Amino acid sequence: MGRLFAVVLAVITIVSAAIFIARIWWLPPDISVLGVGIDHQMTETMIASGVLFVVCQLVLAMFVWQYGDAGDARPIKTFPGGATPMVVIATILVSAEILVLTLVGTKVWGGIFLSPPDPSALHIDVQAEQFAYYFRYPGPDGKFGAIHPELIDDGNGNFFGLDPANDTAARDDIVSASLVIPVNKPILLTLHSKDVGHAFYVPELRIQQDFVPGLVIPLHFTATRLAKEEIVCTQLCGLGHYNMRAYLEVESLGQFQQWLKDHAP
Amino acid sequence: MRTRLITSLPLLALAVSAMGALSAPVKTAGGVSGTITFTGTPPRMRPIDMSKEPSCASQHPTPVMTETVMAGAGNTVQNVVVYISAGDQAGAAAAQPVRYDQKGCQYVPHVLVMQVGQPLEIYNNDQTSHNIHPLATINPEWNKSQPPGTPPIKATYAKPEFITVKCNVHPWMHGYFAVLATSHYAISGNDGKFSLAGLAPGKYTITAWHEKFGTQSQEVTVSASGTVTANFVFKALPY
Ligand SMILES: [Cu+2]
Ligand SMILES: [Cu+2]
Repeated sequence: MGRLFAVVLAVITIVSAAIFIARIWWLPPDISVLGVGIDHQMTETMIASGVLFVVCQLVLAMFVWQYGDAGDARPIKTFPGGATPMVVIATILVSAEILVLTLVGTKVWGGIFLSPPDPSALHIDVQAEQFAYYFRYPGPDGKFGAIHPELIDDGNGNFFGLDPANDTAARDDIVSASLVIPVNKPILLTLHSKDVGHAFYVPELRIQQDFVPGLVIPLHFTATRLAKEEIVCTQLCGLGHYNMRAYLEVESLGQFQQWLKDHAP
Repeated sequence: MRTRLITSLPLLALAVSAMGALSAPVKTAGGVSGTITFTGTPPRMRPIDMSKEPSCASQHPTPVMTETVMAGAGNTVQNVVVYISAGDQAGAAAAQPVRYDQKGCQYVPHVLVMQVGQPLEIYNNDQTSHNIHPLATINPEWNKSQPPGTPPIKATYAKPEFITVKCNVHPWMHGYFAVLATSHYAISGNDGKFSLAGLAPGKYTITAWHEKFGTQSQEVTVSASGTVTANFVFKALPY
């Protein structure tokens, strides 16, 4: 029985390591500037924790095979116990590894969440609601109209609560259900929610950020390739959560400018 | 068996004659007809982006527009509910169900008129789930999920009310229920025209309701024959 367990343990270890090494269920290709750093960090974490995982599991299997229950019915006298110096050294080594991964990873994370956006970034306002996203561009005047929640009228296409009758800055705001952006241009999103918590997740951009009702959360990125990808909500937000998505369309600058013209209100 | 048939015959005859009396045209009856127009600039209708629901978006080769103000040639307005708001005789509740469709992630018709107590049947013709939510304030408010291929939702409204209808899944889906206490109503077509027929002679108040422009009423006197003209002119603002 002990030997069978050792074999099962070894098989589980090898199969799960093989799934990662063969890159089955791997991340989709990265299309963003910051994605390179994230993927690098991801690979390092995978290798460091993967090597530890495989070595530990195989050593465990070996010990089970070698020293498994041989019919010795004597109770264990002390637990925990045994090779104290080895346990201490192992704990310190693992802690150091996690600490190093965290420190290196913070740099990449900070590049997304702690550094300011490029000053030339294209600002797009994003509103999440049950169960759709709406994206707002400032229009030719470069200014967003003020938001008046009491004026929100989804049925008439006023998803943001703009007041074009009195607010001239709001008149040229372009509102879209798809996030259309030019390639290689820094993008700044400001995320806010109309109702409950939602999330903005584009695996290809390697970013995921929650919407929090009452907060305006900035998020910036640059897409490096023409693409059409799905934006999905990863925060359970109600009965239509499974169906909450939009499309990210990365276009050439010319296409994007044409798109803006075609969608002028 | 035979005796039962014989005894039920007089009953059947009675029922048939009663039905005849109900559906027979009233001989001395006039009507009201007219045209609904607006002055000013109405808001521009916007294309609806349904890209998040590909099974609906693919049903519309050209983008669907919002239907708030559906203007026709000569500044006519569609989807105006015209009905008798005072002076009407009480009639029997309509038994024929009215049908409301969810098709291509739109409500069809955009404005559905029904009588108080009339059965309402709501169908989902789409490959996606809808959650219809009529925002009633006088009648009880409810919302119901309807996955594709499920039977129609049945409902009735007991009190007259204009009810905004929305879908809790698709924010752009938008329509109205006009629940009326009269059987004399009409809804204007693209030419802005309406006509109310079969009115007994007398004085009536007729009301025109539009989702954006609001309501207007006027008094009319209907004679034993002939049709009275009553036009409505609404004021439109661009925003
Ligand atoms: Cu959501
Ligand atoms: Cu719906």
